Amino acid sequence: MIKIKDLKKKFGKNEALKGVTLELGEGKVIAIMGPNGSGKTTLLKCILGLVKADSGDIYVNDCHINGECEYRKNVGYMPQYSCFPENLKVKEVMAMIKDIRGNHCVYDEELLSSLKISEMNDKQIGTLSGGMKQRVSCAAAFLFGGSIIILDEPTAGLDPVSSELVKNKIAAEKEKGKLVIITSHIVSEVESLADSIIYMLDGRIYFEGTKESMYTQTGEADLNKALAVLIERNRSNEKG
Amino acid sequence: MKRIYYILIILAIANINICSKDIIVRPGGSIKSVVESSEAGDRVIVKEGFYKEYEIVINKSIELIGEGNPTIDGISKGEIIVIRADSVTVKGFYVNNSGFSGMRDYAAIRVENSRYCTISANKLVNNYFGIYLAGCNDCTVIYNEAMSNAISESSSGNGIHLWKCSNISILNNTITGHRDGIYFEFVTSSLVQNNSTFRNIRYGLHFMFSNGCDYENNVFTENGAGVAVMYTKNVKMINNRFENNWGANSYGLLLKDISDSFIYRNTFAGNTAGVYSEGVTRLNIVNNNFTANGYALKILGNCTDDTIKNNNFAGNTFDVTTNSSRNSNFFAGNYWDKYKGYDLDKDGTGDVSYRPVNLFSKIVEETPESVFLLRSFIVDLLDAAEKVVPVFIPETLIDDEPSMERVD
Amino acid sequence: MTTLKILKYVLYDVLRSKMIIIYTVLLFLITFGIIYTGRDVSKAVISLLNVVLLVVPLISIIFGTIHFYNSKEFMEMLLAMPVKRKSIFWAEYAGLSIALSLGFIAGVGLPLLIYGGDLSSLYLIIAGVLLTFIFISLAFLASVLNKDKAKGIGMALVIWFYMAVIFDALVLLFYYMFSSYPLQKATIVISALNPVDLARILILLKLDISALMGYTGATLHNFFGSAFGVMFALGFLMIWAAGPTMLALRVFNRKNF
Repeated sequence: MIKIKDLKKKFGKNEALKGVTLELGEGKVIAIMGPNGSGKTTLLKCILGLVKADSGDIYVNDCHINGECEYRKNVGYMPQYSCFPENLKVKEVMAMIKDIRGNHCVYDEELLSSLKISEMNDKQIGTLSGGMKQRVSCAAAFLFGGSIIILDEPTAGLDPVSSELVKNKIAAEKEKGKLVIITSHIVSEVESLADSIIYMLDGRIYFEGTKESMYTQTGEADLNKALAVLIERNRSNEKG
Repeated sequence: MKRIYYILIILAIANINICSKDIIVRPGGSIKSVVESSEAGDRVIVKEGFYKEYEIVINKSIELIGEGNPTIDGISKGEIIVIRADSVTVKGFYVNNSGFSGMRDYAAIRVENSRYCTISANKLVNNYFGIYLAGCNDCTVIYNEAMSNAISESSSGNGIHLWKCSNISILNNTITGHRDGIYFEFVTSSLVQNNSTFRNIRYGLHFMFSNGCDYENNVFTENGAGVAVMYTKNVKMINNRFENNWGANSYGLLLKDISDSFIYRNTFAGNTAGVYSEGVTRLNIVNNNFTANGYALKILGNCTDDTIKNNNFAGNTFDVTTNSSRNSNFFAGNYWDKYKGYDLDKDGTGDVSYRPVNLFSKIVEETPESVFLLRSFIVDLLDAAEKVVPVFIPETLIDDEPSMERVD
Repeated sequence: MTTLKILKYVLYDVLRSKMIIIYTVLLFLITFGIIYTGRDVSKAVISLLNVVLLVVPLISIIFGTIHFYNSKEFMEMLLAMPVKRKSIFWAEYAGLSIALSLGFIAGVGLPLLIYGGDLSSLYLIIAGVLLTFIFISLAFLASVLNKDKAKGIGMALVIWFYMAVIFDALVLLFYYMFSSYPLQKATIVISALNPVDLARILILLKLDISALMGYTGATLHNFFGSAFGVMFALGFLMIWAAGPTMLALRVFNRKNF
């Protein structure tokens, strides 16, 4: 579904992506991990067209993205921070998404009740708590039934109940055969949700594969420990 | 046709010995020849119609009366009616198309060296000069209308032109499209009342060396350069309106070398300069309204002993400007809409003195282009600073008794 | 089409914001107060002139900048939808400008209208609306040029201070230094360099035309005296609105979020 070839991006002197090549298929939850500044968010934003890469190609559903916006019909995105205008009501936000996406989409009305959106319909975004805002963002990403869903730190700052609601949703979407890409720092969350892991370091993909392959490569049965081994190896490589 | 001639001849014979008789001129007839053959005391009555005639010279005391406004068309040949006798009346004509000449001042109606003449209720269209009085005394010009289509100053004449006259009354006339509306040179003891002059290309009213004249209830609007009065003493201007005279050298009222005069209850509104005074002494400017002028009162440094009292200054861009850092005129009791003082004792007079000159007007004086910074924040700031500590504006140009309310 | 859909929601948002309500009420009270104490609408226009020339640009540019930075995530979210970048930009620009203009018209225009405003009031309103569009345009430009919010607001403030205060002081200094040279054409050129001056001239042409006509030079005389002056001021004000907007849009189109 998504193919990336030798993607490079510089912000001034800072090289955020130093040549990333990837291929992501459907029916999976893929977690992109890595320390701060490793290029995770830049990679996601390149796929979304928010950041324009210096070189390299991205194909989404075999369509080369080049400033052209139609491919985003199938892409849902939930940013890290709440993103809706403060003075809009929740129901207006939902109406807006339908307005912009158009009528040819099938809207997942059941989602609104499962994420408990309907009960805050008349509240303005500005009056919502952080968790509530995240739930609205999450609903906005899933609402129109896109085949690719990208979530940037979906459970950061969520209360346990909301967090659980979001996780369930992700799992459910995977079952429908969609590609879900998340970034996360929370290892337990990745462990329970993700099928594959992409570990990024310093603008490059350091590890890419299923959880299982990571366990076999590192000889650890626990994601936390496996990651620690990966980081350790990297350090020793640098020294060597 | 013949019968009419017979009747006329019989009538003429019948009247021959009566000292005043009426002579009728009908279309087809000649006013000129009838006037020539008339005698003093006659009344020449011209019937409604169109007469192509010029150089109609009246040299005896007759009345020339138009009935139903007959038109005399001078077909651009020269003067149309010339009066060279006392006690002549010309009334009720349309007098059109006098000659135009660079050499001679052709007029629709000229009166020369005469007394007790009356020019009334004529309509003068497209003439070089309208009514021209030279060397006349005790004449009246009343209810005439003069309109021309002057393009340049050099190719146009004045509506009502007086030269070396005295005791003339110019009343209720309307003049437009001439060079100067009303022009006086060496005229004394005359009265200009209830006239209206507008859209003349130079001055609405222009007089020089004309002492002791009164100007009352006239309206001067949209004239190229407003009204100019020069080199004159004992002028009284009362209740006139000077309005909408725009332009670089345009004034509601231009005063030059005027002395011992009186300007009372006039309105100056919407002029580039309301009153511009140069070399003016012992002038009283009292109870006038200065409204919405660019410069309400420009008073140059060579004006002395003038009194500016109880006037209303409202909505002007600049109230008073001067080119000098000294002042020898007296300001008191005026109402200034820009005055921001207070009146604690409630006597109607502001407790703080007011300086009507502002710094920016001085800057504009020196660099005229800077006028486009008018009302900008920086200019307001400069003016406010200068008001607190005057450095450039005349220290004594000050109204110590500014009125809190408009003065009636 | 998409632009209009987004515009609708931007308008919903901005028109409900506290800031714009405060702005409108404040303008209304100032205008009402000035008219009430002066008892004369044409005098009120003169007093309001400085409000329009200082406050409207300041609020527009500050509010515009803050709004842009606050809407960054919203724009990201929209960008991830099948929406063209320029649609988002135009919707934000038009939405904010229209909302602030409405606030201005309600705050200043309404009291003037109630008390029988004349033609100069109308010019004041037109000038205020154009300044709103111009300074939001400049706000967006400052915002797209600076990733950092504090720097963006700083730049916006500098632009405002320069145009509202410094520029005229420099011009005055310029006149002082070159007073012996012919400055007519320079004056027209200079006036076009600052939208605040253009707006002021537009109103002066109605308010102080009799004083402006006192100028002796032919070029400026024609400029002030004919419809050309008004056309010139209006034309360049529109250019001032369009120029920075197009520039900001170019940067916005290539911007990395």
